[in-house]
Amino acid sequence: MNDIAKKLLKEVSGLDEMPKGAYNIRENSKSVARQSSENIEIVSKEDKSGIDIIVKPDTKSENVFIPALVSCSGVHDLVYNDFFIGENADITIIAGCGVSTGDSCDGSEHNGIHRFFLGKNSKVRYVEKHIGEGTGTGKRVIDPVTEVIQEEGSYMEMETTQIKGVDSTRRFTTAKLKDGAKLVIKEKLMTHGEQFAESKFEVDMDGEDSSVNLISRSVARDYSTQTFLSKINGNTRCMGHSECDAIIMDHGVVRAVPEITANSLDATLIHEAAIGKIAGDQMIKLMTLGLTEGEAEAKIIDGFLN
Amino acid sequence: MLKLENISFEVENEKEILRDVNLTIEKGKFIAITGPNGGGKSTLARIISGVLKPTKGKITFYGEDITDLSITERAQRGISFGFQQPVRFKGITVHDLINIAKGEELSVMDASHYLSEVGLCAKDYIHRELNDGLSGGEIKRIEIATIIARNTKLSIFDEPEAGIDLWSFNHLIDIFLKMHQSQENSIVIISHQERILDVADEIIAMVDGAIVKRGAKESVLPELLHCEDPKNCLNCHDILEA
Repeated sequence: MNDIAKKLLKEVSGLDEMPKGAYNIRENSKSVARQSSENIEIVSKEDKSGIDIIVKPDTKSENVFIPALVSCSGVHDLVYNDFFIGENADITIIAGCGVSTGDSCDGSEHNGIHRFFLGKNSKVRYVEKHIGEGTGTGKRVIDPVTEVIQEEGSYMEMETTQIKGVDSTRRFTTAKLKDGAKLVIKEKLMTHGEQFAESKFEVDMDGEDSSVNLISRSVARDYSTQTFLSKINGNTRCMGHSECDAIIMDHGVVRAVPEITANSLDATLIHEAAIGKIAGDQMIKLMTLGLTEGEAEAKIIDGFLN
Repeated sequence: MLKLENISFEVENEKEILRDVNLTIEKGKFIAITGPNGGGKSTLARIISGVLKPTKGKITFYGEDITDLSITERAQRGISFGFQQPVRFKGITVHDLINIAKGEELSVMDASHYLSEVGLCAKDYIHRELNDGLSGGEIKRIEIATIIARNTKLSIFDEPEAGIDLWSFNHLIDIFLKMHQSQENSIVIISHQERILDVADEIIAMVDGAIVKRGAKESVLPELLHCEDPKNCLNCHDILEA
């Protein structure tokens, strides 16, 4: 692994060295390091590029690291990762993708297609960070597709973060929830320059007492554009909530398109959306505490995306 | 310490909000500014803190002309301003705001001290976001905690009693009295509350954008309320508490 890849690895997953437990590190379309643990097995797919991550039932408090790195230009990576989470397991998955194109005018892209199959009463925390680096004109593109199938009583929390650096991203997440399944999605996004980002969610609450809470906070700076699309279908007694908060700066554009559909009298669905520039009184308040205008703006943005 | 000379403030096509205000506040004083709504009290506080610029006049602070200084520069020179309606922030925690006010990264224990000062159970609040989940009274007390943390030469509070329940209000008086123990720092409170007027060194009455009277409570209130005995007058009591 070269220095660029090591730096990307540190940024997307916080790793300085190989972690304990299960991991798979992918660099420039190849798996470069892998380890299974007693409870978590990682195996290559036979029909296409990618891995299966198989978590035994009742596995508790284990982490799995699966970062994907693109450390040079001209790479077009496509990977299929499937997660099979056994019943009553409780694990954390640290994913993430770093794309560096250096000073090249050639672009690179990483497209990860992730499927999660959560067994009954299992619990997964999924943390994913996207990083883009490079001084050349080569475009850095990350287009993740995520599909989640949750069995009865399972819980999934997804935290996705993308702060600057990625020129174009189209994220598409779908989920199907059975009885008592809960899904929490927290998305943080900042675009700048002329970047483009689209986040699209489709959630079907098919099981009684299932719930989804989808929270998106984003900042669009310079001439960047963002689109947030969410479709939440309440097909039985269930609870759905989505919240899209965006700060626009400079010439940034944000479009929020929420769609909530109650297909049952017992479905309770809420959507909240707020798009606007930083409130003037927030700036004034922090300036009365001694911050400059620039410092106040940075604090507000940092807090908002924290 | 603070000197306002011939301060006026007018908004285009509207009446003059402040008219030729002259005011000196000495070091270590506790001053209450009172008067009817629309009298210019909040505008005066905003002009001192730099949120508004006067259309005429001069402000000096410890001998320095600060008329053209920004909000930040005035804050850095030692002026604090507690908002009548504290601002809410998504994502910024109570601990973050106290750190910003103090100008350093405080430990949870040190930051909690300022919450205890305003009667909030620190462990319940220190990690809370300053968002809509906090009640009006809670966020008001946090606002006051940030002013205490700053410990500046001049602290201005714009109607600190607004939105605070009775129990908290009694505690608030104690907070101001404790702050007033400093002989170095001055406090200016805009208030209608008689109990705040009771504990101030001096009261300034503002009507229609001008200071009409300054002095001890006994001499100011009768003139402000056009009443010989406001202390025992139910009508005056209602006006003050309104």
